[in-house]
Amino acid sequence: MSILVNQNTKLLVQGITGRDGSFHAGKMKAYGTNVVAGVSPGKGGSAVDGIPVFNTVEQAVHATGANTSIIFVPAHLAADAILEASEAGIELVIAISEGVPTLDMVKVMPYLTKRGTKLIGPNCPGLISPDAALVGILPGNIFLKGNVGLMSRSGTLTYEMVYQLTSNGIGQSTCVGIGGDPVAGLYYLELLQMFQDDPETKAIVLIGEIGGDAEERAAQYIQDHVTKPVVAFIAGQSAPPGKRMGHAGAIISSGSGTAEEKIKAFERVGVKVAKIPSEIPDLIKQVMS
Amino acid sequence: MKIHEYQAKEIFSRYRIPVTNEIVCYTVAEAVAAAEKLGLPVVVKAQVLVGGRGKAGGVKLARTAEEVPEMAGKILGMDIKGYTVEKILIAQGVKFSSEFYVGLTIDRNSKSVIFMASSEGGVEIEEVAKENPDAIHKFVIDPDLGMTPFLARKIAFALFSDFNLVKQGADMFQKLYRIFMDTDSSLVEINPLVITEDGKLLALDGKMNFDDNALFRQPEVEALNEPTEDERKEIDANEKGLTYIRLDGSIGCMVNGAGLAMATLDLIKYFGGEPANFLDIGGSSNPQKVIDAMNLILSDKNVKVVMINIFGGITRCDDVARGLIIALEKLKVEIPIVVRLSGTNSKEGLEILKQANLPIVETMSQAAQKAIELCAQN
Repeated sequence: MSILVNQNTKLLVQGITGRDGSFHAGKMKAYGTNVVAGVSPGKGGSAVDGIPVFNTVEQAVHATGANTSIIFVPAHLAADAILEASEAGIELVIAISEGVPTLDMVKVMPYLTKRGTKLIGPNCPGLISPDAALVGILPGNIFLKGNVGLMSRSGTLTYEMVYQLTSNGIGQSTCVGIGGDPVAGLYYLELLQMFQDDPETKAIVLIGEIGGDAEERAAQYIQDHVTKPVVAFIAGQSAPPGKRMGHAGAIISSGSGTAEEKIKAFERVGVKVAKIPSEIPDLIKQVMS
Repeated sequence: MKIHEYQAKEIFSRYRIPVTNEIVCYTVAEAVAAAEKLGLPVVVKAQVLVGGRGKAGGVKLARTAEEVPEMAGKILGMDIKGYTVEKILIAQGVKFSSEFYVGLTIDRNSKSVIFMASSEGGVEIEEVAKENPDAIHKFVIDPDLGMTPFLARKIAFALFSDFNLVKQGADMFQKLYRIFMDTDSSLVEINPLVITEDGKLLALDGKMNFDDNALFRQPEVEALNEPTEDERKEIDANEKGLTYIRLDGSIGCMVNGAGLAMATLDLIKYFGGEPANFLDIGGSSNPQKVIDAMNLILSDKNVKVVMINIFGGITRCDDVARGLIIALEKLKVEIPIVVRLSGTNSKEGLEILKQANLPIVETMSQAAQKAIELCAQN
């Protein structure tokens, strides 16, 4: 097994006729993901890369049985697209769109909870269960099927870490990019529990960054609920306070949210923290042996 | 995005939240006229977009007519944490009894707006949070319900025992929530909120920050933006699809992705170097971006070497290489450049770079070490 996406994933692409949507729909399909439909209001009845396009998510779900949706629409339309997917009964929504207003996400959350819809993102690279399903913009060729579960607030840093793992012959069960926004869907705690419950996952890599206290809470959760070994890396150890380091959520405000505090929190509960990315494979080998 | 105290209080006033009588001044003469109009004593307050101005000497009480020009003169032009004071607020002095803190912000954990209230106002709330976290009451606001009258009363009862104050407070807190939602704020704060001699609540100071992602639908807010020179550079970069933050070192960095960019700066520091900037060229494959990025890095005269760290995903390494070749020809770069390309189309990218004869390394650790070595030689 793996978590969240696998051979049973039937993927719908919202915003499939846009530049990014059409490009990545093709890439995901080429990887082997079961892409069953696309949605683009006003373009229903057409096709992209052989994938049928519908006007509404409801029509697409009705016609194809799609259970997962990935969203590529412009940021100011993203909240509405997430709601549309949830209303139509989609179980898992992955929002790639970057720059979504925070209050839009705050307003969306209660509805998703009520409907039981899982959300990843926004402003995230998506996720992959190697050799089963790629749902996102990650470069599929660097991943290797295996037993390490990985979660990260960053995109390219995830690729860097995966590249290190794969070049050392360490494969992955599922890799999830949770995104860099302050208000986002599934986060460390939910994913830690899913990896803990997944028989295929033997060890977990958590890649965090400055801002907020999600890493500190993850450390506490690991101590209380996770028996599988976890290793971590925190980006932003040299970031100046008060500056937003690219990601909306990556900011040290008034001395809190620093890398130092997060590293301490992990070390306190016995989670090994890599000082530089290239230490990750060795740490994983240590905890898995 | 941040705005000045006086601008925040102008917004408060529009929602009929009582604030101090005050006038913004750009010169000492204006300050003297303002004090005459308001009556003594007055408080002279530096208007800068950075916290801690009180400690820096940017807030002074003027009791006499002589003290007004003296203090205004001292504060105007003062440097507070790298920001020059160009305007001051002359605010009517008010006698008050207690000081409170109230504020609204986004809570990442509950994924909601939260209201924070404390009877320990006047000091920085972060200090209270560290030393006495129990003194801060937190209320999660259900986005479907908003700030209901009962919730506003509950917050007010947590601060005040006099029912007259509770009524004023509840009304004010509902207005603050409306301001937060109407303007796409990320922070709205009154600190201190005071009780005047005649038993009225008054906002003595105000602070507002906004969600940059929502500025597209808040033209009135965006019009208040006053970026500094460094921030102007950051905004220009943003318009070109780049995220740039200037730092103090001499190793210029060009990276794709915010997380990898942060990790690159960390790595340079880890090996003993000092990065000159954070620069994320984002996720597209436009060679023009590489040219713009190179231009931006080189506009910082402290830069002695450039380190390029690209992990291709959506970004294709051959596009970056092509952009780099054009940039080298156009900009006549005289300082050394270290390149690390990995991921999508890296082979093609490295092939293109061969002709430029640049030092090419395989891993980001090697890139950082090479950059530090070259930096020491220059």
